Amino acid sequence: MTINGLLQIAFYLTVLLALVKPLGLYIAKVFMRPAGEAPKPEKWIYRICGVNESAEMSSKTYALAAIVFNAAGFCLLFIILSFQTALPLNPDGMGGISWHLAFNTAASFITNTNWQSYGGESTMSYFSQMVGLTVQNFLSAASGMAILIALIRGFARHSVETIGNFWVDMIRSAVYILLPLSLMLALALVWQGMPQTFTPHATAQLVEPTKDDKGSAVTEQMIALGPVASQVAIKQLGTNGGGYFNANSAHPFENPTPLSNFLMMLSLLLIPAALCYTFGVMVGDRRQGWAVLAAMAIVFVFLLGVCAHYEQSATPMLVKAGADIRASDGSSGGNTEGKEVRFGIVNSAIYATATTAASNGSVNAMHDSFTPLGGLVSLWLMQLGEIIFGGVGSGLYGMIVFAIVAVFIAGLMVGRTPEYIRKKIEAHEMKMASLAALIPIMVALIGTAVALIEPSSKASMANPGAHGYGEVLYAFSSAANNNGSAFAGLNANTPFFNISLGLAMLIGRFGCMLPVIAIAGSLAAKKSIPVTSGTMPTHGPIFVALLIAVVLMIGALSFFPALALGPIVEHLMMIQ
Amino acid sequence: MSIHTKPDMFEKDIVINAIADSFRKLDPRIQVKNPVMFVVFVGSILTSLLFLQSLAGSGEASPLFILSITVWLWFTVLFANFAEAMAEGRGKAQAESLKKSRKEVVAKKLSGSAFDAPYELITASELVKGDVALIEAGDFIPLDGEVIEGAASVDESVVTGESAPVIRESGGDRSAVTGGTRVISDWLVVRITAKPGETFLDRMIAMIEGASRKKTPNEIALTILLAKLTIIFLVVTATLLPYSMFSAQESGSGSVITITSLVALLVCLAPTTIGALLSAIGIAGMSRLSQANVIAMSGRAVEAAGDVDVLLLDKTGTITLGNRQATVFIPDAGVTMGELVDAAQLASLPDETPEGRSIVALAKRDFGLRGREVQKTHAEFIPFSARTRMSGVDIDGRRIRKGASDMIEKFVDQNGGRFSETVHLAVERIAKEGGTPLVVADGGKTLGVIYLKDIVKGGIRERFMELRKTGIKTVMITGDNPLTAAAIAAEAGIDDFLAEATPEAKLKLIREYQSKGHLVAMTGDGTNDAPALAQADVAVAMNTGTQAAKEAGNMVDLDSNPTKLLDIITAGKQMLMTRGSLTTFSVANDVAKYFAIIPAIFAVTYPALNALNIMGLATPQSAILSAVIFNALIIVFLIPLALKGVKYRPAPAVELLRDNLLIYGVGGVIAPFVGIKLIDMALSGLKLV
Amino acid sequence: MITQIRQGVITLAVFTIITGGIYPLVVTIMAQALFPAQANGSLIVINGTTAGSELIGQSFSGTGHFWSRPSATGPLPYNAAASSGSNLGPLNPDFATKVRERVDAIATTGPANIAVPVDLVTASGSGLDPHISPAAAAYQVPRVARELSLTESAIMKLVANNTERRQFGFLGEPRVNVLKLNLDIDNLNSGHKLEQR
Repeated sequence: MTINGLLQIAFYLTVLLALVKPLGLYIAKVFMRPAGEAPKPEKWIYRICGVNESAEMSSKTYALAAIVFNAAGFCLLFIILSFQTALPLNPDGMGGISWHLAFNTAASFITNTNWQSYGGESTMSYFSQMVGLTVQNFLSAASGMAILIALIRGFARHSVETIGNFWVDMIRSAVYILLPLSLMLALALVWQGMPQTFTPHATAQLVEPTKDDKGSAVTEQMIALGPVASQVAIKQLGTNGGGYFNANSAHPFENPTPLSNFLMMLSLLLIPAALCYTFGVMVGDRRQGWAVLAAMAIVFVFLLGVCAHYEQSATPMLVKAGADIRASDGSSGGNTEGKEVRFGIVNSAIYATATTAASNGSVNAMHDSFTPLGGLVSLWLMQLGEIIFGGVGSGLYGMIVFAIVAVFIAGLMVGRTPEYIRKKIEAHEMKMASLAALIPIMVALIGTAVALIEPSSKASMANPGAHGYGEVLYAFSSAANNNGSAFAGLNANTPFFNISLGLAMLIGRFGCMLPVIAIAGSLAAKKSIPVTSGTMPTHGPIFVALLIAVVLMIGALSFFPALALGPIVEHLMMIQ
Repeated sequence: MSIHTKPDMFEKDIVINAIADSFRKLDPRIQVKNPVMFVVFVGSILTSLLFLQSLAGSGEASPLFILSITVWLWFTVLFANFAEAMAEGRGKAQAESLKKSRKEVVAKKLSGSAFDAPYELITASELVKGDVALIEAGDFIPLDGEVIEGAASVDESVVTGESAPVIRESGGDRSAVTGGTRVISDWLVVRITAKPGETFLDRMIAMIEGASRKKTPNEIALTILLAKLTIIFLVVTATLLPYSMFSAQESGSGSVITITSLVALLVCLAPTTIGALLSAIGIAGMSRLSQANVIAMSGRAVEAAGDVDVLLLDKTGTITLGNRQATVFIPDAGVTMGELVDAAQLASLPDETPEGRSIVALAKRDFGLRGREVQKTHAEFIPFSARTRMSGVDIDGRRIRKGASDMIEKFVDQNGGRFSETVHLAVERIAKEGGTPLVVADGGKTLGVIYLKDIVKGGIRERFMELRKTGIKTVMITGDNPLTAAAIAAEAGIDDFLAEATPEAKLKLIREYQSKGHLVAMTGDGTNDAPALAQADVAVAMNTGTQAAKEAGNMVDLDSNPTKLLDIITAGKQMLMTRGSLTTFSVANDVAKYFAIIPAIFAVTYPALNALNIMGLATPQSAILSAVIFNALIIVFLIPLALKGVKYRPAPAVELLRDNLLIYGVGGVIAPFVGIKLIDMALSGLKLV
Repeated sequence: MITQIRQGVITLAVFTIITGGIYPLVVTIMAQALFPAQANGSLIVINGTTAGSELIGQSFSGTGHFWSRPSATGPLPYNAAASSGSNLGPLNPDFATKVRERVDAIATTGPANIAVPVDLVTASGSGLDPHISPAAAAYQVPRVARELSLTESAIMKLVANNTERRQFGFLGEPRVNVLKLNLDIDNLNSGHKLEQR
């Protein structure tokens, strides 16, 4: 890796970590404010929505509200997509969308996955992008944050039956956190060159005429435009990842400059990282938040190093073909297939690692063309369960699930009934934590198995051999863990993949979310245990190391055989 | 005969019985109770069928290979059964000696509840709760009961292992008798309090045998975690079949993975080590306690002992040596030493408490005052009670009292006197020094103070320091006044104390701690301890205590040694630590097994994967077989650890975690690399594969 | 249950209006007011004709132009209505073949002693990459100069004018905007031709 590359990584991490405390504190304040003290505009929203802001919910009611809200969002989005030809704001006359694509896309956006079986600029009308997709970008992220806050309350409260009010939590995260940040980011991105317009595509006279694949001359370039910035801002901040354009953030309009790229990488991890601090503040022990954040950051930096190293090293094939892969002042060198010149290797590696660490899934380079181990980093980060930062809310609640497992093993090893943040971890929490950790793993593995048996899927693979298998494994790992990025060579817009991946996303999201709400409820009802020197401390380096070990062990043990047949064997074949 | 006998780790009889039991436990109804081992059990059946198929000539691999795998899978199941059987066997051996004492005895059932009521001879099993029986010298006590009349010396060695007989008498704290023990002298009239088969002895036997063992809360939670891991590995291995089919087809080389290899992989990955040893650890934890002569009424209580963070300790006997001794007499101003000593001796003569006796002894030693026959005078003795906290004697119109200074002050006031300032100062000084001031008064006149001194047990301070390191708070319970209590607490290194304790105050204190989330352990023996014992999370009743106390507690200490509480906590922690450490070890083992098996099963499809064979195992078959053999043998190797328990030393949690992570986590990653390689070398050296 | 459904539907409606209507409209209005050029696609308009967007690459293969990176969009390269990468796996034999063909094609026109910079023979992620690396530009300078009968230093000056350094000196990579460079080349070339005439 180059010196400048290391400098960019260091700068990125420094800015990210510097923002954790102020933003985390702000978020904590938003959620800790008593319902009665809401400012007027917030109260108006409650009144319009018919929400009684001071009504506390049991975990069952909370879960019901979350499900109802997501189900309603699913129906609305499905309808908008299915009838986009009959709806306004379609200046480029985008055609109809098949029912299975509509199902897949609706499932994808309500689950914060933003897997896209379609190319945005050639499929979606402005109305579908704005009123359909952008809305769910906000609401799926807000739902995730609400559930995290409910779980944190489970730790912070004791001997009570309730964990807050879903509507209040959801509305607050949308209004106070996601909207203001998105507005700021959107304007900064427009400044850097991102379009934000309702006019139809622009037409340019080509400087040098070219030919299409049929050999006929082409003299014009149709340049797709649209309300890009407003959607891209929330897609980054809400760990959604659904691109406005097919090439996602590799597209020069969706990521025009290195600065826009920096801001987008920053916003990928910003809220998930800050929520760790929020967690610490709300449970009354900030060290707990820092410990979890430290575990995330260490895994992130390690895997980022692996990815950047292998992308910079490129492949023997490129060298053999006669390309100059060395880095120099005038060239980033490395494996540039699928990467943009303005980002080079390092920014592509940071982006790829961050987007799969967070369950974002937007990309500024094509992961399918990464070196085997560079691609493995992205694939494995998703398979770890999207908990290294992870999704807005969902990342931290997933990490807490792993912390519960880690604490359980650690607690036994020091001879005490395990406890985490003053709460005893008993059979019920263990059952729910096991479910939450187990479901995405099972969905990813079983989904891949089914797709490999299904005869039609072979035709969808863009690459032969182990890499084609890797595309399918990546798709189901991405869907089951609600990431949304892809080894994009796979043509997933088929009835089989649209339905199976749609189901994978729904099961992965709610199979994790509902047990977490159950944990929140049972924790809130428990007594709070005093901390003594016999308590296993969950803020020190030993625990951080243990947490990392548990996360990596479960990830490695679950996926090693699957990875061995994909990227690992590819790498071994490559270096032979 | 007592349960003191600690059977050798692998005593011959136990081992032979355990081997037989290992086969008996192959019953699917028993296997299904342990999800991890049930998976292995089903896998063994599957490979056995595959072996039969291969014999018929249409097998997926060579019959020899399938047979080797099958045999070792069955061994894995048997080893797990053996571990459990060993733990049970050791418990049974202990219980056996108890059972011998439970022979059928003949009871003398009284028709009324008086000694001289007519009785009929019936067998003990015909007695019902509430019956009254007469037990005379030489008779066995038929069932647990409460003495309602008489006093006798009873040989309880069968329960306690202590050969010296104990006194059992009606009323007071020594009225409980245990079925199976024997009256040596005199007679007792006993009201039966237990049904046949439910006596203390029966329950002890059941607990030790592990027959009535229920899964403890942490064990249930751990079982869930192990089931989760097993499900993951089940999915991992099951999905490998389509992955392998696809890869073989795509690469155009090699064959699809065999079912035998998949089952072998599953068994190796599933946490069989801890799955196999889990119940053995639980049973062994209980029997470790019973070797320490503590009978836990449930595994839950043992587990809770590990969590205890507040210890309520009675001062007397636990923290201080026996009883306070009178050391100095301090007369009030204007009172001669002779007057004080005389009054003190008079008030103490009928007082059979150790303090009372020490006063008499001191009077005799230092002042040559002989004992007088108080009974023959018209003296009325006022016994000590927890409520009045004073005792004394009314004699010849004098009303001599000795007791706690505040009570005596009240007494003096009532008799129109004034509590002397000199006495007051002396009381304060003694209390500050950690002594117990006993004020002596005669009606309205204070005579002086007796200085009673507590002697703190040697080494107890260090013990409490260890406890503090492990996060356990110690609270001393004493009837002393706060000043005295504070001084003793400071000397013994106690964190807190409850002075002038009454049963109500004790109960309140426990509830207070519990409401703050603490887990409280205490010991008790008297009937008035029963409410507090019932409230405490871990309550150890002394075997010498009353039936009520024993019923209220969840453990009984046969040695009636209050410091045993510390051992109980250690045993509780050890049980959890053993489970946690073996779980970590079991999971950490999987890394090496992957490196053995993955290249072995996939190198035919992708030869490049041979690069993962970092152990350099000879052949794919020997790699898989070595992993399976290691997986089976490690269970046997760890049986002694499971039975003995992981070593516990009092240290802060973070140090324990670090050490155990290094030993069982890092060690667990490394050990199988070595083990599998050695087995592989042995197999290929012997040309077995 | 009914309460939750009612609240859910109304909240969804309210937030569809706020986040799907008001929010993008506010961003659009502010963007159009503050940064109209960028908000409308950073278009390059020459004499009333749109020649392209600063940010969107075009396909160049004429010998008198600097060549862009290979583009994997379909059905024609640099299709700005359907961005796409090649998604070829690193070990895909097709990928190896394509790179070798590109290297062979370029190497015949470039300096003999220098290896072809890797970005010039690999397809970009979007298929619309407007840039090539300075090394890739330098590699093409001799050919363009030769083809247009201009001095290498004149061409290099244009390359330098269209080279963007790292933002703030360290962010991203240095790069050359191919469309803008070729427009400058065309300008210079037409002036040069006028002179010759």
